[in-house]
Amino acid sequence: MTSSWTGAVRRYALRRLPSEKLIPETQPVYMASWIYVFGVLTVSALVVVLVSGGVLALMGPGWWHVSGVGRYVNSVHLWSVQLFMAVMVIHLWGKFFMAAWRGRRVLTWMTGAVAFLVSLATAFTGYLVQQNFDSQWISGQAKDALNATGIGAWFNVFDFGQMLMWHVLLLPLAIGLLSVWHILLVRVRGIVPPIGATAPGDGR
Amino acid sequence: MKSAQVPESDAFPTRRYDLVKEFTIALAVTVLLSAGLAGLFSSPNVPPTTLASWSTAAPNDFTATAVAELAGTSTSAQYGPPYNHVPGAGQKIGPLGLQRAAGVRIPVDPAEDFVLRPLRQAPEQPEVTAALAQWNAASADQQQSWSSAYADALNKAPDGDPAKAAPGDYGPVPVLTARLLTLARAGSLDGQLLSPGRFYQTAYTKPMLFLADGLYLSDRATEQHLTGAQWGMMNETGNYPGQAWLWLSTFWYQIDPFKSSKNADAEIWAIMAVLSLALILVPFIPGIRSVPRWTRVHRLVWRDYYRTRR
Repeated sequence: MTSSWTGAVRRYALRRLPSEKLIPETQPVYMASWIYVFGVLTVSALVVVLVSGGVLALMGPGWWHVSGVGRYVNSVHLWSVQLFMAVMVIHLWGKFFMAAWRGRRVLTWMTGAVAFLVSLATAFTGYLVQQNFDSQWISGQAKDALNATGIGAWFNVFDFGQMLMWHVLLLPLAIGLLSVWHILLVRVRGIVPPIGATAPGDGR
Repeated sequence: MKSAQVPESDAFPTRRYDLVKEFTIALAVTVLLSAGLAGLFSSPNVPPTTLASWSTAAPNDFTATAVAELAGTSTSAQYGPPYNHVPGAGQKIGPLGLQRAAGVRIPVDPAEDFVLRPLRQAPEQPEVTAALAQWNAASADQQQSWSSAYADALNKAPDGDPAKAAPGDYGPVPVLTARLLTLARAGSLDGQLLSPGRFYQTAYTKPMLFLADGLYLSDRATEQHLTGAQWGMMNETGNYPGQAWLWLSTFWYQIDPFKSSKNADAEIWAIMAVLSLALILVPFIPGIRSVPRWTRVHRLVWRDYYRTRR
């Protein structure tokens, strides 16, 4: 059988991430703290954010202003974002104090940090597309910062259409891709060992 | 903390750990919490300010703002890029003027766009037609003189009421602004300030700039604790959490030298860009990357490991 690009990609993927590493049934014994829960809580909160935002997208941006069900779904979206940001920040601080970038895990840290910053931008554009007083005031204030840095000439916070596209398409896509990349990196490299730890049997 | 010193994770003993079960429980918890908090607290939805509601609730503020647009003294008229060319306008980061470098990409001429064009496009009354003709025939200096004099007169009038303004040489300005107020109160100005000549549109740049030039919008914001001095960037209307994660960006606006700097936005966002980059590059920054080793938080996280290792 001749080699193919497809086969090469499959062999590379399976070599880097065999199924037992992708979905393992065991973890190192040192993975025993509540701080580890905040990573998976971040992912689960993101799922609730995406699903509730998806329902709002299905019905359109004006729906929640005229429907009780819509208002409730919007509220679920708001509170899931609050939970998402809270658990993500705890996760981030936890990983900082664990120096979780050690052992060739720098890219895992960087993808997580960029995902956090993209999340701030996504939440910000969410406030801009609410079509209420918050949107008006926040856009009126934010334009000065964005214009002062030159960004406002292209990223117009008063353009509802542009902000909606960023909020429901571009930024969620970025967060989704970064999250998948981040999680795959965690699985490829495994959970970072404790600071100062030596491998069992290693006399150092 | 060189990577060579960090053993591979699979060199350690393992224990059973059900990731899928953990995720399922986490998802159930976040769904229940989100649903519960939504049911208990709902979400804020204070109606937006329209030009109609502004001109009805605060007609004198509306008129004063319209006069400022004609006089070229409003915030929008003095703004500079990306809206208009104003000599010297635009914030800088030290010598770097990114605002000016970006240029005028969203053109806005406040006097024309907010006042004169809407008046021309509305069904014209004879006195408005005459006032527009008088305005157009006058020199820029004359226009400035009329509108500035009227702005001063409104400033001195009780409550800024145009009906109580002292008589003076205001040219056609009182007629123009009175007619604009009528159009706004009837609701037609809200539509007229959107991009003219287009049916589908999504940009609210012009009505938002006009609204923001008045005091009414910021008065409403103050009531809702949303202004800069109230750490408003991280607040939202009502008693809701808002964007608490913007605390650091908001913090800089509260302290000197930024509090009183005319380049505060540019300077603060330059600082935040550097700090954001620093967050991403923490593993490479000497000192910062060693903080986890110096502090004892990791001893708490891995207390079982360190205890059994002893």
